[in-house]
Amino acid sequence: MSKITYREALNQAMCEEMQKDERVFLMGEEVAEYNGAYKVSQGMLEKFGPKRVIDTPITELGFAGLGVGAAMAGLKPIIEFMTWNFAILALDQIVNAAAKMKYMSGGQYDVPMVFRGAGGSAARVGAQHSQALENWLVNVPGLKVVMPSNPADAKGLLKAAIRDNDTVCFIENEINYGDIGEVPDGDYIIPLGKADIKREGHDVTIVAHSRMVGFALQAAEELAKQGIDAEVIDPRTIRPLDENTILASVAKTNRAVVVEEGWRFCGIGAEISTRIMERAFDDLDAPVARVTGKDVPMAYAANLEALTLPSVAEIVEAARAVCNRN
Amino acid sequence: MAAKQKQAKTEGMTYEGRDYTAETLHEMHDMMLYIRRFEEKAGQMYGLKKIGGFCHLCNGQEAVCVGIEAASQPTDYMMTSYRDHGHILARGSDPTAVMAELLGRAGGVVKGKGGSMHMFDVEKNFAGGNGIVGEQVPIGLGFGFSSWYKEDGRVTLCFMGDGGINQGAVYESFNMAALWKLPIVFVIENNQYAMGTSIGRASAETHLFKRGISFKVPGMQIDGMNVLEVERKMVEAIEHARSGAGPIIVEAMTYRYRGHSMSDPATYRTRQEVDEWRSGRDPIARLQKQMIDAGLSTEEAFKQKDKDIKKAVAQVAKDAESQPEPDPSEIWTDVYNDPIEGAYPYPGKVG
Repeated sequence: MSKITYREALNQAMCEEMQKDERVFLMGEEVAEYNGAYKVSQGMLEKFGPKRVIDTPITELGFAGLGVGAAMAGLKPIIEFMTWNFAILALDQIVNAAAKMKYMSGGQYDVPMVFRGAGGSAARVGAQHSQALENWLVNVPGLKVVMPSNPADAKGLLKAAIRDNDTVCFIENEINYGDIGEVPDGDYIIPLGKADIKREGHDVTIVAHSRMVGFALQAAEELAKQGIDAEVIDPRTIRPLDENTILASVAKTNRAVVVEEGWRFCGIGAEISTRIMERAFDDLDAPVARVTGKDVPMAYAANLEALTLPSVAEIVEAARAVCNRN
Repeated sequence: MAAKQKQAKTEGMTYEGRDYTAETLHEMHDMMLYIRRFEEKAGQMYGLKKIGGFCHLCNGQEAVCVGIEAASQPTDYMMTSYRDHGHILARGSDPTAVMAELLGRAGGVVKGKGGSMHMFDVEKNFAGGNGIVGEQVPIGLGFGFSSWYKEDGRVTLCFMGDGGINQGAVYESFNMAALWKLPIVFVIENNQYAMGTSIGRASAETHLFKRGISFKVPGMQIDGMNVLEVERKMVEAIEHARSGAGPIIVEAMTYRYRGHSMSDPATYRTRQEVDEWRSGRDPIARLQKQMIDAGLSTEEAFKQKDKDIKKAVAQVAKDAESQPEPDPSEIWTDVYNDPIEGAYPYPGKVG
C-alpha cells in the first residue's frame, strides 16, 4: 500500500500496463512534453519515449478516430481527452465507430481501447467546462463506462479498462485528481462491472458515483448523527451496472436515494430507480428519491455554481424523506 | 477465363512507358466488368425489393478501386465510405458473401449485420464500409499510425468522395498524417456529385488534390476513368507513402452513372452529361479497345466474357438468395469481446 493521489494512481496504472504490453500507447493533447494538462501523465514521456506518449494537435475528432483505427489494426490505444467536454467533438468516432465496429463487421474488427479524461464539473469554469455527460455514453451498446471515485479504484479500474478487449470510456473527475488515498502496489485489478459498498448501513441505500460518492459519504456521516444508518454504494462501472449489489442493499434497507452530478432528465438516477422499481418494488417502503444537478447550464458565480450541483444537505434531506423523517 | 488461358504470359502491351502483361490486363478488365454486372444485379435485386435500405452503386467508377487494388499489396489496408461494393470485390472477397450481405443473409460477409454500407473483410484487410461521410478518414489515419508504430511496411489506402472531402475530420487527419509522416494514400473519388450537390456548389476549391497544401500533403489528379493510369499513378503514390515520405492525396476524376442511391432519379444533372461520360470515357470500353488494338483480345472474346460474367453473377445472386436469414440468436453476438456477466444490461438478454 502507498498513500498516493488519484492522479498518481492513474499514472501508475498506465505505466504498469505500458510496461507489460507494447501495444499500449498514450495519445492526447499535452500528454507528453507538458506532462498532462492535469499532470496525470507526469514523467511518462521520459519513461516511454515519443513513440508511445504522443502529443496531438487540438483535434479531438481526428485523434479519437486515430485511436479507433489503431485499435482495429491491433494496437491498444489510450486516448486522453483533456476533459470529456471536448469529447463531444469526437462523439461520431466513439458512438458511430468504436461502439458499433465489432457488430457492424460481424465480429471481424475489435476496438480494444480506452478513451479517458476528466468529467464532471470543475471549479468556476462555467457552462462549457462543467457537465456530467456519462448518461449519453451509457446509453450506447458496445461501450463500457467506468467512473472511479477514489485513488485505489482509479488504479484498479484503469488497469482493468486497459486490459479489456472492448472500448471503455473512463471518466475521471477533475476535482478528485488531488485526493489522497491508500492504493495497493503492483498488479492491482478491479474487475469491471462490480459495485463497491463504500459504507455499510441498514436504514437507507444511497447510490452515488464519481465525485458524488464523497458527497454521499459526508451525508451518511451527517445522517448517522441524526440516527439514520446509511449504506453508500458506488457502482464504479456505470455500464454495465452491477445492479445486484444495489438490489441486495435495497432488500436490506427498503429505501433508496440515487445521487448524480448530471442533469436529472433521462439521467443515471432515472435508470437506477427504474431498475429498483422493476426488480425490487416489493422491497421498497418509500418511492426512490433522486438528487441531481439542477436542470440548467453551469454558472460561473460561486454561489450559483454551488446551487447548481447536488449538495450534501440535499442528500441528507432526500434520505430523511425516504425514511419518513422530515 | 478461357481467354486468359490462351494468353501467353510474355504477351502484353506498354502504356505510357509501363509494361502490362496480358494476364494483368485481363484481370483488371474482368474485375471491372464483374463489378459493373454485380452492381447491375444489385440494382435489379433492389428493384425487386430483395435488397432493402440504402444501396449505393458504383457503376462508372470501377477503374478507381480496380486500378488501386492492382497497384497495392494484399497486406495494405483499405477502407472507404458506404459506396463499397466495388472495393470489397476488387480486394478479392467472395462475391456470394457480398451479395448475401446485400440480401441480409446468414452467409453475408458480415453475417447480415451490415448490409450495403458496412462491408468488412479482415482477411482481405478491408476495414469498411463506413456509413458516416468522412468517418473512415480518421480511422484510416489510425491504421496508418499502427503501421508507423509497428513498422510493418504496410500502406493504408483511405478512400473518400468529393462529398467527404469537406468534412472537418479529413483535415484533422491530413494534418496528423503529415506531422508524423504516416504511410497513407488518401484517395478522393471525385464523381462530381455529393449526393445531389455538384462539386461547384459544395467546394470553393474544386481542385481537390490541392486540399492538402496547407498541411504539406502533396496531391495529384488522375483520370479515374482509365484503369491503367490509375494503376500507374497509384504505384507512384503507394511507393511515396511506403518509403516513409508521408501521406499523399490522389484525386481520381470519375463519374457515377447511377443516382447517389437507388432512390435518387438524379434530376440534378442532364441526360447529355451522363451520356458523355458513359459513351466517351467508360473505363471498361476504353480498356477493351486498348487490348483489342494491342491484339490481346477480340470483340467477340469480350462479348463472350461478358456473357460468362453475367452468368456467374446470376449464379452468385441465386446462391446468396438461397441462404437463410441470420439465426435470431445472432442479434446478441458481436456486441462485446469481454461481455460482463451478472451486470445490467445483461449480455444476450432483453432486461
